[in-house]
Amino acid sequence: MAAGNFEKYKSDGSLGGNALEWLDARFPATSLWKGHLSEYYCPKNFNFWYFFGSLALLVLVIQIVTGIFLVMHYKPDAALNANGVPIAFASVEYIMRDVPGGWLIRYMHSTGASAFFIVVYLHMFRGLIYGSYRKPRELTWLFGVGIFLVLMGEAFFGYLLPWGQMSYWGAQVIVNLFSAIPVIGSDLSLIIRGDFVVGDATLNRFFSFHVIAFPLVLVGLVAAHVLALHETGSNNPDGVEIKANKDENGIPRDGIPFHPYYTVKDIVGVVVFLMVFSAVMFFAPEGGGYFLETPNFYPADPLKTPPHIAPVWYFTPYYSILRAMVWNFFGLDAKFWGVVGMGASVVIFALLPWLDRSPVKSIRYRGPITKVMIGLFVICFFILGYLGTLSPSPMGEVISQICTVFYFGFFLGMPWWSRMDKFKPVPERVTMK
Amino acid sequence: MKKFLIALLFAPVMAFASTGGAPIDKWPGSVSDKAALQNGAKLFVNYCLNCHGASYMRYQNLVALGLSEQQVKDNLMFTSDKIGELMRIAARADEQKQWFGATPPDLTIITRARGEAGNAGAGADWVYTYLRSFYRDENRPTGWNNTVFENVGMPHVLYGLQGQQVLNHETHKLEVAVPGQMAPAEFDKAVSDLVGFMVWMGEPQQEFRRKLGFFVLAFLGLLFVVAYALKKEYWKDIH
Amino acid sequence: MSKQGKMDCGRRRLIVATAAVGGVGAVAALVPFVSSLLPSERAKAAGAPVEVDISKLEPGQMMTVEWRGKPVWIINRTKEMLETLTKLSDAVADPKSEKDQQPAYAKNDTRSIKPELMVVVGICTHLGCSPSSKFKSGADEGMPGDWLGGFLCPCHGSTFDFAGRVYKSKPAPTNLEVPPHVYLSDTRIIIGEDKKGA
Repeated sequence: MAAGNFEKYKSDGSLGGNALEWLDARFPATSLWKGHLSEYYCPKNFNFWYFFGSLALLVLVIQIVTGIFLVMHYKPDAALNANGVPIAFASVEYIMRDVPGGWLIRYMHSTGASAFFIVVYLHMFRGLIYGSYRKPRELTWLFGVGIFLVLMGEAFFGYLLPWGQMSYWGAQVIVNLFSAIPVIGSDLSLIIRGDFVVGDATLNRFFSFHVIAFPLVLVGLVAAHVLALHETGSNNPDGVEIKANKDENGIPRDGIPFHPYYTVKDIVGVVVFLMVFSAVMFFAPEGGGYFLETPNFYPADPLKTPPHIAPVWYFTPYYSILRAMVWNFFGLDAKFWGVVGMGASVVIFALLPWLDRSPVKSIRYRGPITKVMIGLFVICFFILGYLGTLSPSPMGEVISQICTVFYFGFFLGMPWWSRMDKFKPVPERVTMK
Repeated sequence: MKKFLIALLFAPVMAFASTGGAPIDKWPGSVSDKAALQNGAKLFVNYCLNCHGASYMRYQNLVALGLSEQQVKDNLMFTSDKIGELMRIAARADEQKQWFGATPPDLTIITRARGEAGNAGAGADWVYTYLRSFYRDENRPTGWNNTVFENVGMPHVLYGLQGQQVLNHETHKLEVAVPGQMAPAEFDKAVSDLVGFMVWMGEPQQEFRRKLGFFVLAFLGLLFVVAYALKKEYWKDIH
Repeated sequence: MSKQGKMDCGRRRLIVATAAVGGVGAVAALVPFVSSLLPSERAKAAGAPVEVDISKLEPGQMMTVEWRGKPVWIINRTKEMLETLTKLSDAVADPKSEKDQQPAYAKNDTRSIKPELMVVVGICTHLGCSPSSKFKSGADEGMPGDWLGGFLCPCHGSTFDFAGRVYKSKPAPTNLEVPPHVYLSDTRIIIGEDKKGA
């Protein structure tokens, strides 16, 4: 589809037409437009779950644009100003109060950060239930996991910048995790911090990563993700390959051009998303203390740890897995295994295309085992996420250990349970439900 | 399954709604009461701004409380003569640390910082309770202690208004031993106004933010109607 | 499935409606971003009027104060300095201050409220350098022999007289700007404000 050869634009003699012909002779304008939009054929049966890809792109744009404007006023400086407040912290309040419209831009960015993860989690869940990661879309999935990893880094670096108590101590804890790695650990965390504690050097390098390095990589990966998808074509809720059934012109019988059909549909999705986004941003910008955590309204104080520190909500499932690891194995202490568990819990998503051995892709034609396993996985994910926001407790520890075992069991057992299930016959053509 | 997932999504929020610890009274005020905010501003500059700064806030912004620049200058500005100045304090942080043992925190966004996950309004409630919970305790260097902030370093600056409370160790309740200038209900109202000012100061544009929110949502509603009609129009061909 | 054909009227109307409403939204969304580029409250506070005590300014002396981050010169001109102004009315580009570079109350021969006291923004109207003072007449300060005293912009050589009027055929297009100012008393000026209080 995307790879098709398209005829170059021929002018109709008008000025605009001539300009377009001139352009198209020098730039693949027609082939980009047709290959990725007007003649990119998507299955016609996309449902609710298929909004989140374009929404993730929208949030990326929101974050980049608001970020550009925030950088104009923000100062990554841990030194104290004349009032004894760190300059970085004061510059955020400066944006909130003194810069005209600054509060709105800042709330867009802080709400956008959480919205990004909500949208991306839903997008990943879609991939999980409809088997979108399976052959031939493994590479699209891998780029997606890469995007997710980079996004986590981006969020982590960005969270230090307001230089509040939660920023500071969160970064302190996460950076210290790296010291658990045998042999190189303590040097590694020193290199990340650039100081013996989280300090001005850390703030400045995190700023650099947050505004330059990671966004560049993110944009590149997003482009690769979309290109890879357009090479294979999209999956759909039935998991049917629409390319297998083409008409005499070589167009999939169940395909409709992305533009105009999915552009007009995605516009509706965008508007609904913006309504939810605006409702949070204008009426509850703190997101109930989950999007902007209350201790972060205190400036960073290296001498005083807040009574309860927890990562931002989108990291808490992995943080729970970290805390669930309390045993020493193979002469390595629990701290190390916590880090391994946390890292593995994220990276393991990359293995899905090879772990899933089911003969059908979509959950629609898979049996009860799949439904129960995915349901339990989601429940475990939520429980882990919830426990991660709480202070450690013996009860919470046991629950998080059970959930952690299931979390990994879901993935590692998949080659078996995905084959054992009952399957329904997959239709030849997509269905419109 | 869908309903279950949605219920699960909100479970953490529900669980957070309840909190333990010392009983916290609900702040009864509102940030839309201009007269209360003006009174709160007056109390704030008279009683708080000597030791605590509000150093992200400009005197100029107090005009939004319905005062003229001249009124702000005459009634609320003691440490500065420039209306565009930040509401900072003359005392230096390190000196204060020597006097009080800790630097009094900046109060500009204190009610936001004192909020809780799942209950952003909790900060106002806490400050409202805290300011009314000082009691005499001769074991403390300042002579004061507080039921919601044990062994607090801050003395009871409002005692002239409230009078002196003592803690009844049997009932664990506070009782007024020496009455102050204000009757208890009057004092509660004054503290409520003061807290209202601090809530307002935490985000001076908050009322405007909510108002703007309604417009934005109404506008997006309109956009939804046309965008949905457009989608329907195109998709009528797809079966 | 629809083939690319004639677009029907209803569809066109809906496209226009959606684009129009969406366009309004997009423009509205620009507002916070564009307004964030305007001077902040801090910049405005820093640009607040400045009160100056001029009691120690001797005749022939000049002092510089900062207003909105720009140098403002206050010059106590001597009788000799003031006399140069009439002599130069043919040499300067805008002798009568026709161009709007001063408040109405300074649109006079001396470009000032009180004849001897000149208040002027010390920023060259060409490209924003701050001219240096060349108060001595003649060639003493590296100026031409017929120099009567005034200012020279080091960047592109514009010259100004003691009223901040630019000489003819110089890069600077207009006279130096006279800021709004008002006398609180004989010895105190507020720069940046036209009238007291209001």
